[in-house]
Amino acid sequence: MDLTQITSSVLASGPEIIIILGACVALMLSLVPRPGQGALLAGLSLVMIALAAAMSLTLAQNPQTAYGGMFVNDGFSTFFKMLLYLGTALTILISDRYLGTEDAAKGEYYVLLLFALSGAMIMVSGKDLLIIYVGLELQALSIYVLVGFLTTNTRSNEAALKYVILGAFSSGLLLFGLSLLYGLTGTTQLEAMGEALDSVETSSPLLALATVFLIVGLLFKVGAVPFHMWVPDIYEGAPSPVTGFMSTVGKVAAVAVILRLLIQDLAMLDPIWRGSVEAVAVLTLAAGSFAALVQTNIKRMLAYSSIAHGGFLLLGLLAGGSEGLASVMLYLLIFTVTNLGLFAVIVLLNRGAGQGENIQDFSGLAKSQPGVALMALVFLLSLAGIPPTGGFFAKFYVLVALVDAGFVLLAVFAVLLSAIAAWFYLRVIMLMYMEQNDQPAVFQVSPAIGWALIVTFTGTVLTGVLPAWFLGVSKAAATAGLG
Amino acid sequence: MPIDFLPVFLMVAVVIALSAFILTLSRLIRPHNPYPEKNRPYECGVDHVGEASAGMFKVQYFVIAILFVVFDVETMFLFPWAVVLKDMGLFGYVEMFVFIVLLLVGFAYAWIKGALEWVS
Repeated sequence: MDLTQITSSVLASGPEIIIILGACVALMLSLVPRPGQGALLAGLSLVMIALAAAMSLTLAQNPQTAYGGMFVNDGFSTFFKMLLYLGTALTILISDRYLGTEDAAKGEYYVLLLFALSGAMIMVSGKDLLIIYVGLELQALSIYVLVGFLTTNTRSNEAALKYVILGAFSSGLLLFGLSLLYGLTGTTQLEAMGEALDSVETSSPLLALATVFLIVGLLFKVGAVPFHMWVPDIYEGAPSPVTGFMSTVGKVAAVAVILRLLIQDLAMLDPIWRGSVEAVAVLTLAAGSFAALVQTNIKRMLAYSSIAHGGFLLLGLLAGGSEGLASVMLYLLIFTVTNLGLFAVIVLLNRGAGQGENIQDFSGLAKSQPGVALMALVFLLSLAGIPPTGGFFAKFYVLVALVDAGFVLLAVFAVLLSAIAAWFYLRVIMLMYMEQNDQPAVFQVSPAIGWALIVTFTGTVLTGVLPAWFLGVSKAAATAGLG
Repeated sequence: MPIDFLPVFLMVAVVIALSAFILTLSRLIRPHNPYPEKNRPYECGVDHVGEASAGMFKVQYFVIAILFVVFDVETMFLFPWAVVLKDMGLFGYVEMFVFIVLLLVGFAYAWIKGALEWVS
């Protein structure tokens, strides 16, 4: 590489460099404890994310590959990076209060969030299996530590240990699949690999083995049935803002990798995985919806709900093409704002991690905090997929793409199962509006959480009111990715 | 051909014979005087608690081990870099500085956090 190539590569990875520099600066600042440090580091992180977002938007003007084709800036990666920025910024906004009440306010928290963000960004921009894997590990390692951030809480520690073991296991599976693909094609670069795979028979047993390991590793990361067992335990044990972060940013990055691999660059593997992913998608929807019905812990319930939403994302993947791709991207956008909004409410209701987050905490909320209850109502309706909220259109466009692609039976299954899923969201709404509570939740909405609530609420309502515009944006990004 | 390995076999034989000779000789002439202090795994340093095989390590050893990995990786990266530095020119030079600065951030963090202090 000569110097001009290097400069352009460094420029192309500018957003990642900004985030990593920000993390390093925050790490150094965290060493000098001073009053109001949490707010300072949170502000610094938000500024860095804003800078990176501005740079990403500028770079999106002219799509390019960098680092010898290992890294790409296209409409597809920019859309996903914007989602990652949004998710991380919202997480930072709801974190300060939670860390304060849990007495876990340490500067490292923001540093780890930024490192996890940079890992996720590398995942969505990676055009080479090794780069994607490095990004994935950077993101996963940071999240392992974040999950165990409440060092005196045994649930948090248990969740972190479980996550490390299962994460290492699933990374091993994924890496094995990648190494087989490398052995078959002699390259790790996705485009070259796609060309090399065109000449390989799809019935080749080695290719089937490689695909199986690749798919299993990736499905593990999104928590699809039957690789979902880790999700409820870890979502329950992790600090609430981190759970929100994992269920949005972590999921967005993993789904981006799945889309890039399976729909775009390695599309020729389609006949190998289609049948099994169909089964997995239906199972995921069913298991997530039914298991959520009997949960008494709100975070556990949302974990199963997030599994069920993962099933919908897989349906979009099955629909394929730019329609399916766009519907998944829109779904992720709506899911990110809605889910983080609900987690903001959970943080407000937090009575201490040692107590657990009982669903009953929501009861009587409409009386004591009508504003927050109204927002929670909208978030829950959106997760359930009831118009006029964004969640309805998220599901609607996935179903449209599915029917257009000819999978009517799958679409019918999805509608039936989401009707079941609606019940447990409605149960929380019932608690808020119908039940009395002797000890109503007493809290003050801090400005940071207030902003997070306003942004997520506006997002949820806007995507419900102007779904066509948002679909247009994600369609443009999807076409750019397929181009 | 097996004959090519004859020097190796000779070497092995000499090594075994020599070590047997040294061990026997020292056994014959050394004083035999064991006492508890002497029979411990380490005669100096930190007093041990229980058996190491039970997995009971002082947690500070882990911190030291992790810090070691950091510098081990750095050295592994520095050697090949030094060999091809002339071909890489200015870019390679700057690139290594970037790498070392990133490492230094982590090292400074560990140092200020007190990872290098030994609390007994």
